[in-house]
Amino acid sequence: MKLSEKEVEIIEILEKDARIPMETLAKMVELTVEETEAIVKKLEETKVIVQYAALVDWRKVDGHEGVTAMIDVKVTPKRGVGFDEVAERIYRFPEVKSVYLMSGAYDLSVVIEGRSMSEVAQFVSEKLSTLDSVISTTTHFILKKYKHDGTVFDQGDQDRRIVVSP
Amino acid sequence: MRQQTKKSYVSETVSRLKPSGIRRFFDLASGMEGVISLGVGEPDFVTSWNIREASILSLEQGYTSYTANAGLLELRQEIAAYLMRKFHVEYNPETEILVTVGASQALDLAMRAIINPGDEVIVVEPCFVAYEPLVALAGGTPVLVETHGDDHFKLRPEQIEQVITDRTKALIICSPNNPTGTVLQKEELEAIGRIVKKYDLLVVADEIYAELTYDGTYTSVAAVDGMWERTILISGFSKGFAMTGWRLGFAAAPNEILQAMLKIHQYAMMCAPTMAQYGALEALRNGGQDVEYMRKSYRRRRNYFVQSLNEIGLYCHMPGGAFYAFPSIQSTGLTSEQFAERLLFEEKVAVVPGNVFGASGEGYIRCSYASSLEQLQEAIKRMKRFLERL
Repeated sequence: MKLSEKEVEIIEILEKDARIPMETLAKMVELTVEETEAIVKKLEETKVIVQYAALVDWRKVDGHEGVTAMIDVKVTPKRGVGFDEVAERIYRFPEVKSVYLMSGAYDLSVVIEGRSMSEVAQFVSEKLSTLDSVISTTTHFILKKYKHDGTVFDQGDQDRRIVVSP
Repeated sequence: MRQQTKKSYVSETVSRLKPSGIRRFFDLASGMEGVISLGVGEPDFVTSWNIREASILSLEQGYTSYTANAGLLELRQEIAAYLMRKFHVEYNPETEILVTVGASQALDLAMRAIINPGDEVIVVEPCFVAYEPLVALAGGTPVLVETHGDDHFKLRPEQIEQVITDRTKALIICSPNNPTGTVLQKEELEAIGRIVKKYDLLVVADEIYAELTYDGTYTSVAAVDGMWERTILISGFSKGFAMTGWRLGFAAAPNEILQAMLKIHQYAMMCAPTMAQYGALEALRNGGQDVEYMRKSYRRRRNYFVQSLNEIGLYCHMPGGAFYAFPSIQSTGLTSEQFAERLLFEEKVAVVPGNVFGASGEGYIRCSYASSLEQLQEAIKRMKRFLERL
């Protein structure tokens, strides 16, 4: 889909802050509120903007810290459908947050979120490894998130500039 | 015990300089809590990591000695390539480019290199606070030309012609301008250039904000027909590359003038800081994308902020460059100083009164929009409340 410069600009701004007031957004791209709303609506309808979600630091919520694992999965591709069929079988599980087809030593990279290590381990041994096409899995648990989707956690927005300068 | 002396040891020239009006506002604002400052004359971005990393690497590798007086040749070559690529002006990196400690030092060197005692230098107000003192310190006489808000602070060639005398040596032009954000267009520079040529003057072109223009194409003074040989082009890394604290700038000028500046520089400064020069090298080689990102971000904030100022009743023309809005506050009946002071005390928003940039800045305030969008939104809210109460 070919988008105009203003449309791309609106996406860029919303990608950083989806909750920006429509009025502010309109001013930033020098359009009227109505024009801007129409563009956002179009972007939503065409699924260019798929959804608006909050980026949560779950570590701060007691009892909800959770664990995230990245699993390298080797699979046997099937004639006709390649990797797509097995990928679909995997991504349909709600525990699975993302699935990517990779170049290199393994085929699929699967990101799982669970409440505990044992919950993730259970998913891997019962659901993932038992799939016919899956040859092997290697599970890596994430120990600490420093930066996620371009956002650095625990970053104080400290302004070190002096208050008034020429 | 100290003896009281009646005699002042301070030179008369320095005694006569008036302290910067910005200083007073700095003192007022810096003690206060919860202030949103729109008074800052620098980017709100931290220098890109690749630039910082390159400088760290230079330290790790032990590049801690002096460089050539004019700066690392590699860096001068990159500056020459950059000036060619961006502004289509050609300078010989070996003889026509000098790396300085900020654009400020380049300005100082330019003044000292060209001024004979009593020479007049035309300063266009409102402008950066350092021009007038630097001319005076070099033994020259600043001659002020005022530009006005109703004319969007454009410099008209006939204004220059009116103040030219036998002693006029040079004209300082700053485009995009601090504090007004006004950018001089090619035709305007050509018209100014005709006067400059007619009276055989030099132009000291402060183009430190040249990376930050938002509409149309930018023309450097040195790129105007017949102006290269009469221009001292001054720029640096502070604004466009968000490197204010690195103190790194440069001057580009015809050989004769540049060598005169270099002569002073080698006695007064030796060379610009080596680690900063390595950072700048990386900035020019790989910093283009980051500059573009920052430029875009300023433009969006400019659009938001200037439209909002107009909406709350402070008339402001859309500035073409830099990161300053310079709205009129004349509708309030307050002076710039009264407005700024009351806004600071009553709503904790710091702006700079326009008159510190020259008498024709009276009736205006300078607001920097190099602040986060959240801060700008909050500042507008507070300013609106302030105006409604007046």
